[in-house]
Amino acid sequence: MGLSVSIATGLYGVSFGALSMAAGLDRVQTQLLSALMFTGGSQFAFIGAIAGGGGGALAAASLLGVRNAVYGAQLNAALKPRAIVKPVMAELSIDESFATFAAQDDPAERRRGFWAAGIGVWVLWNLFTFIGAWAGESLGDPKRWGLDGAATAAFLGLLWPRLRSRDAVAVAITCAVVTVIAVPLVPVGTPLLLAAVVAVGMSAITHRGRR
Amino acid sequence: MSLTAWVLLACLVAFATKLVGYLLPHRLLESERFGRVSRAMTIGLLAALVASNAFASGSHIELDSRVLALVVAGVALWARAPFLLVVVLGALAAALGRAAGLP
Repeated sequence: MGLSVSIATGLYGVSFGALSMAAGLDRVQTQLLSALMFTGGSQFAFIGAIAGGGGGALAAASLLGVRNAVYGAQLNAALKPRAIVKPVMAELSIDESFATFAAQDDPAERRRGFWAAGIGVWVLWNLFTFIGAWAGESLGDPKRWGLDGAATAAFLGLLWPRLRSRDAVAVAITCAVVTVIAVPLVPVGTPLLLAAVVAVGMSAITHRGRR
Repeated sequence: MSLTAWVLLACLVAFATKLVGYLLPHRLLESERFGRVSRAMTIGLLAALVASNAFASGSHIELDSRVLALVVAGVALWARAPFLLVVVLGALAAALGRAAGLP
């Protein structure tokens, strides 16, 4: 699971590397973003907004990264890491590692899923950022190889095992619809946070209804 | 401020954001309520990730070959295909869609 998620996402680093160079960053700055910021959506937001100045780019990237705090709280609660491991886990807390963790029930599998996807994506993302920054657009669009389809399929595959109750299906469908409606209306990245709020609201209502 | 300084500052903010959740006390995280809320939130976030990966391009909704990948993946999962096969079929569906001239 972790490995296929890593490949589907990591290869996208080529796009990021090429686009970052096209946006006017140098190779070191491009690699710094992949190595340290390491959260794809925020990185694309940063280079997309950099033409308007550093402050706007900082704001766009930071807003997009807020969901990682939600992932961190859940990973912290479930895996109970020692203090010394926390900074490393924090750095690896992204969509893919959280989703691979969240898709499973067995505690050992969840832990393994998080680390496999976290480290796997980090290594491949940085490797392919490097290739993209040097080779530029000559490699072609990863969409031609269906990589965006692979990512979509991977996230559906991670959600699937959670859909065991009628309540879960209702939450999933509602949150997917909320996301699609919100995408054109609110800043990039916030639809996910909105979906999280809606999910919590729905669980509070069903919980109250059962008491 | 130089561009490299902005890059480093943005990286620092991103890391600090990720770290926040790890600094919450376990007393809070182990409550029955947090467990219930986080189970619902997990499903909501995964569903939102599926939807945004399938339909969003930046702040637009775009229906393209990814929809094909979503449908194929859904059928494969329903037929109990293993995860890796689901991902490969998703890539194949999107690549074939584009080769056939779809966006």
